[in-house]
Amino acid sequence: MRREPPQTLGDYLPLLFPAAMLTIFFVVPFGTMIAVSFFQRQQGGFYTPAFVFDNYARFLSVFFGGVLGFSLMLAIIVAICCVVLALPFTYMLTRMARKVQVVWLVALLSILSLSEVIIGFAWSTLFSRTAGITNILVALGIMAEAKALTPSFGAVLTGMVYQAFPYTVLVLFPALVRLDPTLTEAARTLGASPLKAFFTVVVPALRNTITATLIMVFIFALGSYLLPQLLGRPQHWTLSVLITDQAIYQSNMPFAAAMAVFLVLVTLGLVALTVIAGRKGEAA
Amino acid sequence: MSGLALQNVVKEFGTFRAVNNVDLTVPHGTFVCMLGPSGCGKTTLLRMIAGLDLPTGGAIRLDGEDITQVPTHKRNLGMVFQSLALFPHLTVGENIAYPLRIRGAAKEDQKKRVDELLAMIHLTGYADRPVAKLSGGQRQRVAIARALSISPKLFLLDEPLSALDAKLREAMQVELRQLQQKLGITTIVVTHDQREAMTMADTVVVMSGGEIRQAASPIEIYRRPADSFVADFIGQTNLLDVAGDSSGRAVVLGQAIPGLELPAGAAKGTLSVRPEDVHLTAPSAGALTGKVTFVRDLGGTIETFVDVAGHQIVAVSTPRERPEVTVGQEVGIALTPDVCVVLKK
Repeated sequence: MRREPPQTLGDYLPLLFPAAMLTIFFVVPFGTMIAVSFFQRQQGGFYTPAFVFDNYARFLSVFFGGVLGFSLMLAIIVAICCVVLALPFTYMLTRMARKVQVVWLVALLSILSLSEVIIGFAWSTLFSRTAGITNILVALGIMAEAKALTPSFGAVLTGMVYQAFPYTVLVLFPALVRLDPTLTEAARTLGASPLKAFFTVVVPALRNTITATLIMVFIFALGSYLLPQLLGRPQHWTLSVLITDQAIYQSNMPFAAAMAVFLVLVTLGLVALTVIAGRKGEAA
Repeated sequence: MSGLALQNVVKEFGTFRAVNNVDLTVPHGTFVCMLGPSGCGKTTLLRMIAGLDLPTGGAIRLDGEDITQVPTHKRNLGMVFQSLALFPHLTVGENIAYPLRIRGAAKEDQKKRVDELLAMIHLTGYADRPVAKLSGGQRQRVAIARALSISPKLFLLDEPLSALDAKLREAMQVELRQLQQKLGITTIVVTHDQREAMTMADTVVVMSGGEIRQAASPIEIYRRPADSFVADFIGQTNLLDVAGDSSGRAVVLGQAIPGLELPAGAAKGTLSVRPEDVHLTAPSAGALTGKVTFVRDLGGTIETFVDVAGHQIVAVSTPRERPEVTVGQEVGIALTPDVCVVLKK
């Protein structure tokens, strides 16, 4: 089929609806947010239109810098954990019988139907001292006495990986299904053990997919603000938690907006870096 | 014994027997073509030799050693897949070096060997190209070079030339055969193309229904097929019912053929005669008489379809040796005993 570039104004008509939706529901709110980030805050809970950099200046402190750094690090660790766990899992899933695949995919999709709140409370129960999984370890004689695993960094990480894992599998699945199974067979006939074949053929052949998945999980994890509060201590709170705090509890909209804009910019920067690094790797 | 030996090899998928009691000996350095219609078990057999599938019964021996349960990556073989399975993320050179890299060979040795192999497949200087930028024939050569880079004991190819166009395929057949003879490597090719098998093989193994019907040299298979399946599958043939009369002479379509006899003890059989062995004569001079129904003039050869008592016999001849006949004309068909093969029913 030949694709011609649109010639008349009428050819652009199908684009009108999505363009309008994007403008109303994305460009306008985002523009508003950027504008608000420059407004002057009024003591007592409101703001007046102005053009000041106070909100950004306040952000440039050791405290907020630390929170931003922690948020980015947490999101990166979640992304790496998810891909490391999901890649071998999905690879084996694609090599199973169709029926088994369907059962697994339905189970994973059902996790997506759980809200962040339910996931958070479920894990806080599982990690608790009185009713948690440590009691099972005690019953098995592995541990001496039950203890609380939450709040802790590990608990936050587990909750967030659990939440992002189904997305990771669903993004990797189509690429792995399309991967020619004779590639691994060829690697095996050429002297690679199944494990070596996985690392020397499957992983490198899927490099672009893996990068894209890492970016997706990273951005997904960056927005998480409930799980760090439910499963972590205040030092495990992400920038998203502070934004919510400023916007809703401190009623400081301009500062919340400034932090959100900053987060978006840093995220875009990191994604751009990853893409550029990926391109370079390909050219080499 | 040096070489490959299959002993009573069986492969079952559930209740389906894909390979049934296959016995085959492949002496070192021979070129074997496994030939058969799709679903005859030839690819399954090759995959078992490679270790990609495990047999449900029997044994596979290589140079006397039982390798039935040895995992694929420890068999030291080279295999070319139908899809070629070149690694898309590696360059030509890296693809060829892959088996060496996996075995931990030194970088300089890898490079030296890659250069040697590239020279062998006439692609010197292509080492740094991505495989996606190659033509079909070049990719084919790279897949062959990759399979041969460790100088394997066994070289396996699964329908290796099926993706190429006819002209290139013919050229590659000759090239592959010459390469195999130069290297003296034991080679097994699976194909459904009988021309390919005839061109390349020392031994052709004809398979059907998971069993070996005949394993012999190409010319033996062609001249002395073991049964009517082999006769029909390899090349073109005319198959006619034959029965013995009271004095032991073979009778075809109601006519006794002088000098032709049935196998001892058999009362009935099938006569196979190749179209190029069927000679057209004057109606009275031949053993059989029939009417010409169709003439296919291909320039180099002419195929004449003759109806003899409701049976169609095809004769192939060159324009010079063939008498002028036209559709509807009565012709005689000469059948000499030396070109006829009587097969058991």
